[in-house]
Amino acid sequence: MVEELWPGVSPAWSSFVRVPSTSAVDVPGTVRKWHVLDNGPDLAAAGVEPAGTLLCVHGNPTWSYLWRTLLAAGASADKPWRVVAVDQLDMGFSERTGAFRRLADRITDLGDLTDTLGITGPVVTVGHDWGGVISLGWALRHRRQLAGVVLTNTAVHPAGYSLPPALKLALHPAVHPWGTRSTDAFIRVTHSLASPALPAPVREALALPYRTAARRAGVANFVADIPAVETHPSWRALNTVAEGIRRLNVPSLVLWGPRDPVFSDRYLRDLLERLPASSVHRFEGAGHLLAEDVDIASPIFTWLQTAVEAPADSALRRAEPLRPMLAELDERAGDTSPAVVDMAPLGGSEGAAAQPRTLSWAGLAERVNALAAGLAAAGVRPGTRVNLLVPPGIELTSLIYACLRLNAVIVVADAGLGTKGLGRAIKGAGPAFLIGIDRALIGARALGWPGTRISVSELSPARKRLLGVRHSVEGLIADGAGNDVPWHPADPDADAAVLFTSGSTGPAKGVVYTHRQLAAMRDAIKDTYNLRAGTSLVAGFAPFALLGPALGATSVTPDMDVTSPRTLTAAALADAAVAVDATTIFASPAALTNVLATSGQLDATQRAALAQVELLLSAGAPIAEPLLAQVQDLVPKASLHTPYGMTEALPVTDISLEGIRAAGAGNGVCVGTPVSRAEVAIAEVFPDGSVGDKPLTVPNRTGEILVSAPHVKDRYDRLWITESHSSSIDGWHRTGDVGHFDDEGRLWVEGRLGHILTTADGVRTPVAAEQAAETVDGVGRVALVGVGPAGTQVPVAVVETVPPARRAGTASSELTTAVRSRVAELVGLDLAAVLVLPQMPTDIRHNSKIDRTALADWASRLLAGGPVPRLGKGRR
Amino acid sequence: MSSAVLPPRNVLVTGASGLLGGAVADLLEAKGHKVRTFQRRPGRPGRDSVSGSVADRAAAVRAVDGMDAVIHLAAKVSFTGEWYEFEETNIVGTQVLLDAAQAAGVRDVVFVSSPSVAHFGEPIAGAGAGTADPGRARGFYAASKAQAELIALARNSSEFRVTAIRPHIVWGPGDTQLVERVIDRARSGRLPLLDAGAALIDTTYIDNAASAIVRGLERMDAAAGRALVVTNGQPRPVGEMIAGICAAAGVAAPGWSVPGKVARGAGSLIEKAWLAAGKHGLVHDEPPMTRFLAEQLSTSHWFDQRETREVLDWTPEVSIEDGMARLARHYS
Repeated sequence: MVEELWPGVSPAWSSFVRVPSTSAVDVPGTVRKWHVLDNGPDLAAAGVEPAGTLLCVHGNPTWSYLWRTLLAAGASADKPWRVVAVDQLDMGFSERTGAFRRLADRITDLGDLTDTLGITGPVVTVGHDWGGVISLGWALRHRRQLAGVVLTNTAVHPAGYSLPPALKLALHPAVHPWGTRSTDAFIRVTHSLASPALPAPVREALALPYRTAARRAGVANFVADIPAVETHPSWRALNTVAEGIRRLNVPSLVLWGPRDPVFSDRYLRDLLERLPASSVHRFEGAGHLLAEDVDIASPIFTWLQTAVEAPADSALRRAEPLRPMLAELDERAGDTSPAVVDMAPLGGSEGAAAQPRTLSWAGLAERVNALAAGLAAAGVRPGTRVNLLVPPGIELTSLIYACLRLNAVIVVADAGLGTKGLGRAIKGAGPAFLIGIDRALIGARALGWPGTRISVSELSPARKRLLGVRHSVEGLIADGAGNDVPWHPADPDADAAVLFTSGSTGPAKGVVYTHRQLAAMRDAIKDTYNLRAGTSLVAGFAPFALLGPALGATSVTPDMDVTSPRTLTAAALADAAVAVDATTIFASPAALTNVLATSGQLDATQRAALAQVELLLSAGAPIAEPLLAQVQDLVPKASLHTPYGMTEALPVTDISLEGIRAAGAGNGVCVGTPVSRAEVAIAEVFPDGSVGDKPLTVPNRTGEILVSAPHVKDRYDRLWITESHSSSIDGWHRTGDVGHFDDEGRLWVEGRLGHILTTADGVRTPVAAEQAAETVDGVGRVALVGVGPAGTQVPVAVVETVPPARRAGTASSELTTAVRSRVAELVGLDLAAVLVLPQMPTDIRHNSKIDRTALADWASRLLAGGPVPRLGKGRR
Repeated sequence: MSSAVLPPRNVLVTGASGLLGGAVADLLEAKGHKVRTFQRRPGRPGRDSVSGSVADRAAAVRAVDGMDAVIHLAAKVSFTGEWYEFEETNIVGTQVLLDAAQAAGVRDVVFVSSPSVAHFGEPIAGAGAGTADPGRARGFYAASKAQAELIALARNSSEFRVTAIRPHIVWGPGDTQLVERVIDRARSGRLPLLDAGAALIDTTYIDNAASAIVRGLERMDAAAGRALVVTNGQPRPVGEMIAGICAAAGVAAPGWSVPGKVARGAGSLIEKAWLAAGKHGLVHDEPPMTRFLAEQLSTSHWFDQRETREVLDWTPEVSIEDGMARLARHYS
């Protein structure tokens, strides 16, 4: 019966156990019959000793079947684990007791069962839905053998919130008996939450124990036992668990499906507030029945290996003395020289003809302290996440340093991600406060982004109500002004910031930096570029804008739309330089391209100001030598540099214009040598596209680029699996870029690991062929993509022409011949086809990184034959 | 490529009056083998040859007499025609020839086939050879070759070794199957591009096809029992190939395009009309468009060459670009 009706379950696992009950609901001497799935027989047959026991507790209305993948994986793991998945009483195939078993009874029941089974040694509890609470209740009563807890879509404290609408409906007196007991509606609705939809045999197996109304009594009672109000009989038991877990000192893993109409992200936030040290992975796109939607077994057993069997020694962290991010600001609290200048306050777009605004060091220090006090009064605590939806400038700078002062955690995701990407990022990071400009607040209101809302501008009472805004920045400053309470120094290893990646290489990921790592980023930039107090910089590249006050540099934000770097004009850049006698410029290649295009507008004063610039950094994407050479004409005295880095490690290496010229042409983009205190290595890429696990520094071997530096991220936020992958080579961050060292030790970036071509002749990277193709007259940007199955792909060049092609499709025979022969001659690669596009798809943040995934997909469809397909978003 | 000198052998080449058969016979001779040819028309003067149909038992017996190996290229290749014609030459002819060869103690057979025996109208990108399937192959030619290939490979044994080599779209100077047709139609303005002309197709320059077939014989230890697709390993958009051929011949490339869907529909109609007209002696050449041709011109078909190159220990010597240059010299 088991094999046929319960797909994925070995018959040997299923057994019935007679358990003497000590629950208050049963009369003494009662014995209850439990059904469990237990892979113990498999382990015994193989003669292996398990590392411990996973005690798996299902929710409502599922049963032990939910955990079948864990039973299989536990028996076959390198270090096997016994996995015991229970059917709770009145549920699954366990006894229908006829009693209304409440939370406290169920926790006792579970203890009775483990006593009978004689489970000794380390136990890791695994829970789902309301089973999560019961598993935690067991955990709190068995602290001596508890080795860890795993939770999937559960809630430990719904009482603090209003119940989600779906549960409210289920509990409604008119609906409750009908929905949960008389019919199987509750069961069917729950199963329909799976995404992708459950295969029919699995759906049937999950529904198997609940075929008749009599067998569904437990389902109904479970729902009725949810304590929505303090007067509910289970309120105290729940509260004991919810508060008790704050003192759990074992590793915890939280796996979460955000597409859950019942246990939504706010329960995840509540859980993480109680278990802040948890490893968390949010599976974007997965839902309530997480164990059915995604593979939970692999991450759980990987986590058991690293966190439970061999926990990392956290004392290994280097306890170097830390110069706080606020040190410079504090020391200059009496300095009346300019610290920050906005050429167009609040992005220039929200106020008519906005005038430049300047704040001195003293003014900034006062504003930051007042704002910090105001935020504290509004409820921001150390560790509180504060989402800043504010463009670079004085407001953003003040907010960042006020949060750092409070040891709150800033969450910065820029509008360049687009509304959907931004919303996903914000929900993922789960901030408690959201501070934004009007446009952001409208989005927050309309799309239900989490966090107590604070407006940057002063709003009318009506508008405040409309947008659900609780405070304004000016109001907080007024509240906090004059506060001279001493501030607590930051814990160097506490979270300081969550910064989001651009999304050009997959869905935007939150990257967590500690105070120590942020300070290390500041120092890496300071030491690499010799920035001293007295430097004045134009911050035309958002990520560096936040560092000005920490560097002791005067920073100016030019008049531009920072979400679109192409809007920076030469005049706007020069005006910003004039305003602070700039010595340094930070900008992106897209911004510099527009600056060159508009440089004809510059007057003598503006040109003179640019002529004083000593250092220009082009950051965010590689920049071509000819473009940089043209930039040099605008800033004749400046040393031109371009750092290589990513949101996870910024910067990694640096190269100057002279360095680029000295390196010449090669396979890839030469990005120079590691910055101060950074180390770089590569991990070999094999012909099948897999990656080795040894950091190498040998020249002329292509591999994945690895970086180790004090300013590398702490971790990805709530993406534990992604984090494990990126840090799988101990002590190194895997960048996902591929490249090689040359004989002089310079690093050459050849592209993304995901963009390598696996041809019949081996692995090839795209950059060298792209550069070769770009030397053909009339050719602008080129992207090389692989078409065909892995291992036998053919290379295809997608070309932007000058002037742009009118239609997408195959290139003319002249252009095809020219590009193909040039690439064959310089790189030795045979292009199957040359395609043209009016414009390359690029990421929004930098306007510079070409979306090769989308291009490869488009080229594959075009070259399969048929009409010219539309260019879509890359499949991720 | 291995440079090991192989002992000279007596090799029968069927279908030697065609471009590819002739090239194979020439290459074998150049490598020191003794060649006999077998074709409908009289053979080349000075070369050992037998005239006749492969389906003619008596002729086949004469042809294989004293041979060590057979390379079987003779086939009816056409986009149109009646099934019995394909069956007679391609299926019966192969059976008769193999019967005769086996009886005469021939040791090795290279059956020259076509990738179309295992592909069924869907786009092909980097696919392997696949197994021949007469029931699903498109058109009478492919279906009959599929049946014949199955028959041939089923006879493979340690005493009588058979391999199937499937060159894909062979072209070069003197080719009447593809090159001449493209040029004729382009010259008279009857050649459209289908869709964007972007479907990626593999082709095989004549010299490479010939050398791969000969390698099939030389590498029989590894190749026996297998079917191997042979191409230049340089897929190109179909429009580019056609434009290249036109440029080599000095005619204007097609400047108009029709949707592939329309062409496939029209091809079916034209094919039927042409066939009917042919029966009444109204037309004698191939129709301007057939459903099969429309499919070939509007869907990708290029192949994974790794297994072929490894088994045959072979790489093509003439690139597409060099081949086009040779074609241009041929027409200049």
